[in-house]
Amino acid sequence: MIPKVINAQRALGFAASAAMALVLGTAPAFAQAEWKPTKPVEFVGAAGAGGGTDIFARAVQLAIQNNKLIDQPILVSNKGGGSGAETFVYVKAAEGDGHKLAFGTSNLYTLPMVAKVAFKHTDFMPVAAMVFDEFILWTKGDAPYNDYKSFTTAAKAASGPFKMAGALSKDTDQTLTRLIEKDTGAKFVYIPFKSGGEASVQLTGGHVQSHVNNPSESVGHWKAGQLKALCVFSKERMAEGPKVTPTQSWHDIPTCKEQGAGIEAYQMPRTVALPPGTPQATVDFWAGVLKKVTETPEWKDYLTRTAQTGRFMAGSNLKAFIDEDEKRTRKVYEEEGWLVN
Amino acid sequence: MANLDSLFHGFVVALTMQHVMLMMVGVLLGILVGVLPGLGAPNGVTLLLPLTYTMDPVGAIILLTSMYWGALFGGSTTSILFNIPGEPSSVATTFDGHPMAKQGRAIQALSFAFLSAGFGAMVGVIVTTLLSGWVTSFALQFSSPEFFAVYFLAFASFVGLSAAQPSKTIVSILLGFAFATVGMDTISGSLRLTFGFDELLRGISFLIVVIGLFGIGELLLTMEEGLKFEGVRAKVSLAGVLETLVRMPRYWVALIRGSLIGVWMGITPGGPTAASFMSYGLAKRFSRRREHFGTGEPEGIIAPEAADHGAGTAAMLPMLALGIPGSATAAVMMGGLMIWGLNPGPMLFIERPDFVWGLIASMYIGNVVAVILVLATVPLFASILRIPFAIIGPLIVVVCFIGAWTVGASKPDLWLALIFGIVGYVFKKLDYPIAPLVLALVLGDKAEDAFRQSMLMSQGSLNIFFSNPLVGTITTLAIILVTWPFWAGLMRRVHLLRIRQPKVIE
Repeated sequence: MIPKVINAQRALGFAASAAMALVLGTAPAFAQAEWKPTKPVEFVGAAGAGGGTDIFARAVQLAIQNNKLIDQPILVSNKGGGSGAETFVYVKAAEGDGHKLAFGTSNLYTLPMVAKVAFKHTDFMPVAAMVFDEFILWTKGDAPYNDYKSFTTAAKAASGPFKMAGALSKDTDQTLTRLIEKDTGAKFVYIPFKSGGEASVQLTGGHVQSHVNNPSESVGHWKAGQLKALCVFSKERMAEGPKVTPTQSWHDIPTCKEQGAGIEAYQMPRTVALPPGTPQATVDFWAGVLKKVTETPEWKDYLTRTAQTGRFMAGSNLKAFIDEDEKRTRKVYEEEGWLVN
Repeated sequence: MANLDSLFHGFVVALTMQHVMLMMVGVLLGILVGVLPGLGAPNGVTLLLPLTYTMDPVGAIILLTSMYWGALFGGSTTSILFNIPGEPSSVATTFDGHPMAKQGRAIQALSFAFLSAGFGAMVGVIVTTLLSGWVTSFALQFSSPEFFAVYFLAFASFVGLSAAQPSKTIVSILLGFAFATVGMDTISGSLRLTFGFDELLRGISFLIVVIGLFGIGELLLTMEEGLKFEGVRAKVSLAGVLETLVRMPRYWVALIRGSLIGVWMGITPGGPTAASFMSYGLAKRFSRRREHFGTGEPEGIIAPEAADHGAGTAAMLPMLALGIPGSATAAVMMGGLMIWGLNPGPMLFIERPDFVWGLIASMYIGNVVAVILVLATVPLFASILRIPFAIIGPLIVVVCFIGAWTVGASKPDLWLALIFGIVGYVFKKLDYPIAPLVLALVLGDKAEDAFRQSMLMSQGSLNIFFSNPLVGTITTLAIILVTWPFWAGLMRRVHLLRIRQPKVIE
């Protein structure tokens, strides 16, 4: 370190080296002190406007704004190109800038496995996983199946293969479809659409037999009785609450495990990450703010409305979780031949 | 008429002082963002969204939809004045609107556009009011094969129309398809044609392409032709607006056909872009004045504008009742619905009738407000063309690049816009048509997705495009349109034979 400084002194002259010494000397001191955003903050949603990630970012924005958790304004932008890769490329380029946060899902670490993109999940400074979205096995409202077993048995016995609609390709929905196939031996033709909303309309119209949408993507059709929720891929049933349909609340949907599925649980974390090289103090600052967000009434309202499971993870917990989930997903992708990196 | 009762209830909700004020503010803001190419309705609505978090949902949706109407009108303005479409759906308006403005008839062109747009929107809202129940069940019948058939129909009604050589049209279309494939592929989930450039991840934005091809390309051409807009001679007066209003009923066929195509495409939902191209194509094909199309023919403005706005308004229905956004702007609004605590879907009509019918009523009022406001601004906008080119030219360049920047705030986009500008210039010099390229770029990836989803569903059999009466009819119509020159030729021959035959007998 010291020889470099001396070289620099010779090369740049006294003024520059003095400035450098100042930076070198004061930066660590700053890092220890409390970091605070000093300009408007950008939340970048790794999906198109109106989707689950956008609503996640805006829910955090709303909670921060209403409770004045930071002094600077927040701008939510959507960079959904390349299934969200655009966001991560953009945030990665903002190296060390604590004012740009990437809002995503598990795509933070699954995208680099299936597409040749110029980032790895280890490039980023993960801040928190704030909430887990559930996956439900849906069929048409008037379909003759009532649980996981009867549905997969019918799929196995059908002469033409059952069609499973889903959002995007080689992402969570298709992965879960493969897991169901491996679990039951049934075969599905997976048909990728641009969003879960589109998939849900296809099922409502009877053009496919099922999909595995998140609750919020299909709640409208469920309320109207056009869709039936067979089971949720979760360890425990979803939180108790008021009835959503005339007969059922989210809590009344059995878990697939209860119905004898071999899939323990399948959930999608919603994650927040900072650019590479962001100082630890900044990461800690944001982790603190996001933790406070989870205690606001706005956040509780968001969880109830979208029927997601709140679970806050940061620091070493988060790192361990990402490593484990990355390994698990990598195994499935490897078997499917989807890996490119 | 339970729907009419609900509608009157909706008017009670919408016609409060506060909501009417929001409508005015929304429309004005919309015109502003619509006039700046690149900013456009989706960006405008996104920027406004955080302000609505704390508003009541009815006020919030009125503000956002009014902004949308305003932006649609504003988008047509730049198409006509500067040949720069602000939205994909106003591309077709440039074909006749811009030539008309260049001939010094900007007032007429703008008035035709706004009046027919307002008419199309009205038809859209009326259909929404009367048929809300039926429409949603109709839209549910649409799956990937039907979508592909609709896009195919849009292509079919448009191609083969341009005056250019067929081989040049094909080159242009294929280039458009190639540009449409850049980026992430929905079906396979892999990246295509990005050549390792991160900037190409999100694909080539439509706006960048039209800003380049139309805006900058047109400027280069104008510079070569002597640095002036012929619109300088334009007479600017409010009387011109009224004159156009009087001439309007003469074009009732194009007006009604355009509106119906628009409403149908909004409901299905093929979207406003496909609707405006299809409407323009059909108007040109069946018009008695078809050889005047492309040189400033009023029908060429009326047809796409009526369809564009008919589709824009009718698309609100599938958004509310099914949760399928018909356009990029509708997608942002749907995000808004979720944030305000509403779930789009059939139950919305039952749970929150005040919201749904308040919105529908506001669509009536909002569109009337928008038409009046934009018509009042016509002389103002038209007089922009009287500014000497030496001043307005550089300003347009600046606006073009600001527009290109707002799309994704990335520097390579600026270069891309410039490159497409040069491409546009070369295309015009060599007589290659630009419109097929744009059509293929906008609808290409949607059509491709729909086709490949259909192939997955049918496991590779093309029969799926005739598997039920609905898709079969659309496909057949499209095939007839594609092969229309052949049928027309055949009919002419039969006709000639009939005339000649008696002569032979003699």
